[in-house]
Amino acid sequence: MGNEFFSFCEFGLSWFMENSTPIITAQKLSKTYGSLKAVNAINFEILPGTCYGFLGPNGAGKTTVMRMIYCVTPLTSGRLTVNGENVMENMSAVKRGIGVVTQDDSLDYDLNVINNLLVYARYYDLTREQAVRRADELIEFFQLEEKRGENVRTLSGGMKRRLQIARALINKPSILILDEPSTGLDPQARHHVWSKCHELIEQGVTLLLTTHYMDEAEQLCDKIAVMDRGHIITEASPWDLIKSEVSPYVVEIRGDEAARNKILKAVVDQIDFHEALSDRLLLYTADAIPLHAHIQDMDIPVKTLLSRRSSLEDVFLKLTGRELID
Amino acid sequence: MRNKAPRVRVRAALRVWQRNATVYKRTWKLNILPNFFEPFLYLLGMGLGLGAYITEMEGMPYINFIAPGLLISSIMWGATLETTYNVFVKMNFDRIYDGILSTPINPKDLALGELFWGATRGTIYGSAFLSILFLFGMGLHWGILLIFPMIFIIGFMFATIGLLFTSMIKEIELFNYFFTLFLTPLFLFSGIFFPLSQLPQAVQIIAWFTPLYHGVELSRGIFNQVWGVELLGHFAWIIGLTLLNTLVVLRAIHKRLYN
Ligand SMILES: Nc1ncnc2c1ncn2[C@@H]1O[C@H](COP(=O)(O)OP(=O)(O)O)[C@@H](O)[C@H]1O
Ligand SMILES: [Mg+2]
Repeated sequence: MGNEFFSFCEFGLSWFMENSTPIITAQKLSKTYGSLKAVNAINFEILPGTCYGFLGPNGAGKTTVMRMIYCVTPLTSGRLTVNGENVMENMSAVKRGIGVVTQDDSLDYDLNVINNLLVYARYYDLTREQAVRRADELIEFFQLEEKRGENVRTLSGGMKRRLQIARALINKPSILILDEPSTGLDPQARHHVWSKCHELIEQGVTLLLTTHYMDEAEQLCDKIAVMDRGHIITEASPWDLIKSEVSPYVVEIRGDEAARNKILKAVVDQIDFHEALSDRLLLYTADAIPLHAHIQDMDIPVKTLLSRRSSLEDVFLKLTGRELID
Repeated sequence: MRNKAPRVRVRAALRVWQRNATVYKRTWKLNILPNFFEPFLYLLGMGLGLGAYITEMEGMPYINFIAPGLLISSIMWGATLETTYNVFVKMNFDRIYDGILSTPINPKDLALGELFWGATRGTIYGSAFLSILFLFGMGLHWGILLIFPMIFIIGFMFATIGLLFTSMIKEIELFNYFFTLFLTPLFLFSGIFFPLSQLPQAVQIIAWFTPLYHGVELSRGIFNQVWGVELLGHFAWIIGLTLLNTLVVLRAIHKRLYN
């Protein structure tokens, strides 16, 4: 019995070890273009089967990090391993295990939908039968059956993105990289992409995404690295970030500056902290209802007064003093 | 940080070739027709028109003199068009390479694949041209079989030349210079229309350093069955330049696409 118990423990331990070994590890990862430090000595670890997000404004260095991971740009310095392989040593092996959805769509417009998948399968040396089977599965999974023989040009934005994700999955990668997967999509298409992402996470795929949308990061990511100007400012789960960096609720006030200042003066000892922006005032608090009521009672004319849950956007604002979408 | 560029792999290169072939297959019927008209027009205009005034050149009918050279120039146009404009568009406008390079295909594999494809396009141009020459009754002898591997090799050589230029430029307009200042002079001064022996010594020496000249001489020798050691010399020149240029261009494309 003792033996069985120990072997069970060993099993549990090895399971735990295996699952806590990062699938991607970056140490002092840097990329310089001329004098610009696009990525500046960042460290991160990504665990298998999780969704890891890089959140930051345009130019933060998100795409550059992705491009180093899938070996289309060399590191300037530092160390980066993917699936145990050094990206600077074994490019093809690293790329074989990664599916990539680039920020700007890189579909092959000279080919129709099904050939985009079949031709891509050849780059991974899939046999014809494997390719056809896999392509059919993916076309079904991403609901592109009706467009099978159509030219890629005729697809809507959402369909193109789905086809790109399908194409990235042709070789059953363990890691899927999505560089701004929902930028430029309408809300319906975004939700479709997100639901497919959730299904993929459930299937055990490690997802790596970049975004400058808070709701996207909150929806999908287990962990987020907030990036700004080549640095990772902070890294945590979305909820922990909100909890640790800002208060749970925000009361947001728009109106002329004098009115805003007057309100701030009156409530300043009732709030956790505030952000005075050019066009609005944000008051952070653990409980929005009494504060909201109190401001209403003051009868100071403002354009809008609203209370909401605080979001990653607020975290970003607090951390960098700047708004995220520029 | 420097790393060793991964070695080029022929199999990966052939994947890229296959991609281009898949695209070409869709429109080949439309694409290939002009390749037949072109030699027809040349032979009619130059051979019969000019030929009415210049009846003989180096002891052969004028049309027989120019045909082998025109064949090689058609390979040159076909292969270089492919590795200049078409590669440039795939690389910079259509983002096709962004898609390909995120798979196990590396930049050098991609470059070699495009060279194979450029050579293939050159071969298609050349074969169409050749078939018209056969129709005119030219080159109907067993020795002509040697021309087939030559067509591919010469196509490959010009593919490397086009791709090298493409790897160096950032603006598509610059191809105009390549075509008007490099290929057109080659076309005119490589002994296709008149023997170079008529030109000053200096021009002849310059010609020796240019690729089309050796192709034309090789082709004319094969067509007219003038077997001599000079043919081996021209062949060696072509092989030498092709190998050297392939090495250079693979590195250049790696540098361009992996940075
Ligand atoms: N190939 C390049 N050459 C020069 N600068 C570049 C290149 N690629 C990106 N950059 C610069 O690096 C910075 C980070 O870019 P990027 O990684 O694309 O940011 P993000 O994806 O977060 O918007 C930007 O300032 C960008 O202009
Ligand atoms: Mg980006």
